[in-house]
Amino acid sequence: MTIVTTEPVWDALDAAIARGERFAGMSAAVRGGAVTLIVYVAVPGGVSTLEANLPPGVDRYPSLTPRVRAAFWYERMIHDLTGVVPDGHPRLAPLVKPGNPTPRHVAGYGLFTIPHGPVRSGVFESMEYLVETPGEAIPHLNMRIFYKHRDIAERFAGAPPSDGVLLAERTEGIASVAHALAYCHAIEAMAGCEIPQRAALVRVIHAELERIANHLDVAMRLADAAGLAVATTRLALHKERVLRLVSGLCGSRFGRGVVVPGGVRPFTGELPVAALIALEKQVTADAHALMGTSSFLDRLRGTGPLTQDRAREHGALGPIGKASGFSDDARVVRPYGAYAVLSPGGRPPGDPPYGGTPVSPSPLGGDALGRLRVRWEEVGQSFRLIRQAADMLTEQQRLPVQVLCDPPAGRAVGWAEAPQGEVLYDVTIEDGRIARCQPRSASLHNLVLMHEVFAGDILTDFPFIEASFGLSVAGAAL
Amino acid sequence: MSIWVLRGLRDGVVTTRWPGRADEYADSWRGPVTVISDAGQAPDGLCPTGAIEGMRVDQGKCILCGRCVAALPDVFAWSAGATGPDAAALARQALVVPPLPETDAAVEAVRARLAERTAGLRRSVHIRHVDAGSDGSEEWEIQALLGPVYDIHRLGFFLTASPRHADVLLVTGAGTAGMAWPLRTTYDGMPDPKVVIAVGTDAVSGGLFGDRLTGVATVVPVDVWVPGSPPSPFAILNALLIATGKLPGAPRRRPPRAPRRRAGESL
Repeated sequence: MTIVTTEPVWDALDAAIARGERFAGMSAAVRGGAVTLIVYVAVPGGVSTLEANLPPGVDRYPSLTPRVRAAFWYERMIHDLTGVVPDGHPRLAPLVKPGNPTPRHVAGYGLFTIPHGPVRSGVFESMEYLVETPGEAIPHLNMRIFYKHRDIAERFAGAPPSDGVLLAERTEGIASVAHALAYCHAIEAMAGCEIPQRAALVRVIHAELERIANHLDVAMRLADAAGLAVATTRLALHKERVLRLVSGLCGSRFGRGVVVPGGVRPFTGELPVAALIALEKQVTADAHALMGTSSFLDRLRGTGPLTQDRAREHGALGPIGKASGFSDDARVVRPYGAYAVLSPGGRPPGDPPYGGTPVSPSPLGGDALGRLRVRWEEVGQSFRLIRQAADMLTEQQRLPVQVLCDPPAGRAVGWAEAPQGEVLYDVTIEDGRIARCQPRSASLHNLVLMHEVFAGDILTDFPFIEASFGLSVAGAAL
Repeated sequence: MSIWVLRGLRDGVVTTRWPGRADEYADSWRGPVTVISDAGQAPDGLCPTGAIEGMRVDQGKCILCGRCVAALPDVFAWSAGATGPDAAALARQALVVPPLPETDAAVEAVRARLAERTAGLRRSVHIRHVDAGSDGSEEWEIQALLGPVYDIHRLGFFLTASPRHADVLLVTGAGTAGMAWPLRTTYDGMPDPKVVIAVGTDAVSGGLFGDRLTGVATVVPVDVWVPGSPPSPFAILNALLIATGKLPGAPRRRPPRAPRRRAGESL
């Protein structure tokens, strides 16, 4: 029998969405045998939660997915981790646990399923795609991400808060800084502490360097898929320069160990501004040349389109959403740290500062080309932000970079804009230890959209679509 | 076309000459923590992965968080260089520093056996990578090896998609349950001689997840262990050269000659 304690919460969520707020994820907390379902809602200026307590012993509830499609994967994950059953879920198959072979969606003569993965051809993260195809076209594909499931949330439980930032950095390793930021924002919100301005500027520098490296990686993979060896090599060179720049600042190529609750670790690396300006010139020039290569653009144009309606309905995050005309960049809508005082520039006056609605998304929707264009725009903005932050840093030399931030108890949701999109961390501290920490990466939210972007695309378009998404399987499988 | 040529000429050669010549980035890289004196004892719980055992550090568990170095700079320090003696190990126990004398002897035996096994891998080594639950950063570092700065093709290393063609298996990640069977099947599909390299602290010991995921050695027999979170591309390249006996200074052994057939003798 279904207990309807969730109905008022689902109604409240519907009302929030009708007001223009965004469904941003879902998780479950288990306390003494009773499960609480938590829905995250992105509201102007913050992230709020709606909670539904299931009475102890109750293990079923009316599924949210029929009302909010974006809950599709979240409810499957909750089912895997807690056992509660969402009644009415359209396809309750395991997501982060192995399960029975996925049933076919498309029937017909000559259709077969290509199991692509989990061991991929090349240096990729492990993931399996079940591509249903009559030979060339891809009417449907399924994804199985359970191979890399590490049960990160379970590892967080009971850890000291200082270990939490180390775990956050390794939840999605290519977005270490963004995850550390989201986690630390939660701790700092709980403790009510304000980090020094100097620390906020250093955080911006590292977050934007991470964004540049990620976008260069995406462009490199797209060029590689197109067989443009020279472009691939030059983009790899620029990405290596960025990673070396980051390691020169903090000893880690991925910016690990920089962001800590209360600020940043004391640092000695001086940002080499001249090298950064030179790098920006080269990246801009190579991007310009690449985006003028018609054989390359032909592969991207119309490939993997995501309609604006679906992007808006799903709340598609990051460049995927922006290319499809839906933008909710946390740096501008929910600004944190120094973003409120920095301006990235580069956009026409009156336009939203961080890549708002593109000029004209095609009726098909934002395609791989649109996503790449959004990324190049973000790269330019990142370089400008880094230089502004570096200029402001040199003006204030001998100020502290970390304040004490050690809340004994509390709960908060922190957020940050990773290169893939918004990352959320729902952290609860009790007795000085993490009682619960639930990360929600942009990769987890966005990866499910791969189901919907193969409109008329064929097998050879697959690497372009996957690369244009630019997501991390580690962040999706958690 | 011409614009790329001009830019390439302007930038010149960006490829490192290592191992032929020293590389400053490789030498100045911050490796896993090592013990420099016995001036103090680390308090319990200082190391988030439990790498500190009394007066010794298990580098296979070091995620380079730097807490011990900050707390006791007279006792703990970063090891020097991505290609130094602490950058890779041929036996798991050799990662616990300072090494014990019996470890050195054991490592020499392992090195000899490995050299014998890989003597036939000359100038064309094919690498297969498998991700057994990494956080995604080790893959970037392996991908960097194919880029222009590290360019492993100049050393005769190539990536292959087929385990049947592979000589070296690079494994990243803490060893999730889901990847146990795919990893084992990939390993079994590789013909002999084959070498397995565990890349990254997660693969060596499970890292921060070490209480539940203990690395990849439970699934495949590991020959070379490379700690790091993630290890620098130089450290991975160093391990590849050690694993295939190509590093200058590693004991070399000529491959066994084919026996000469006497006239009239059939095979």
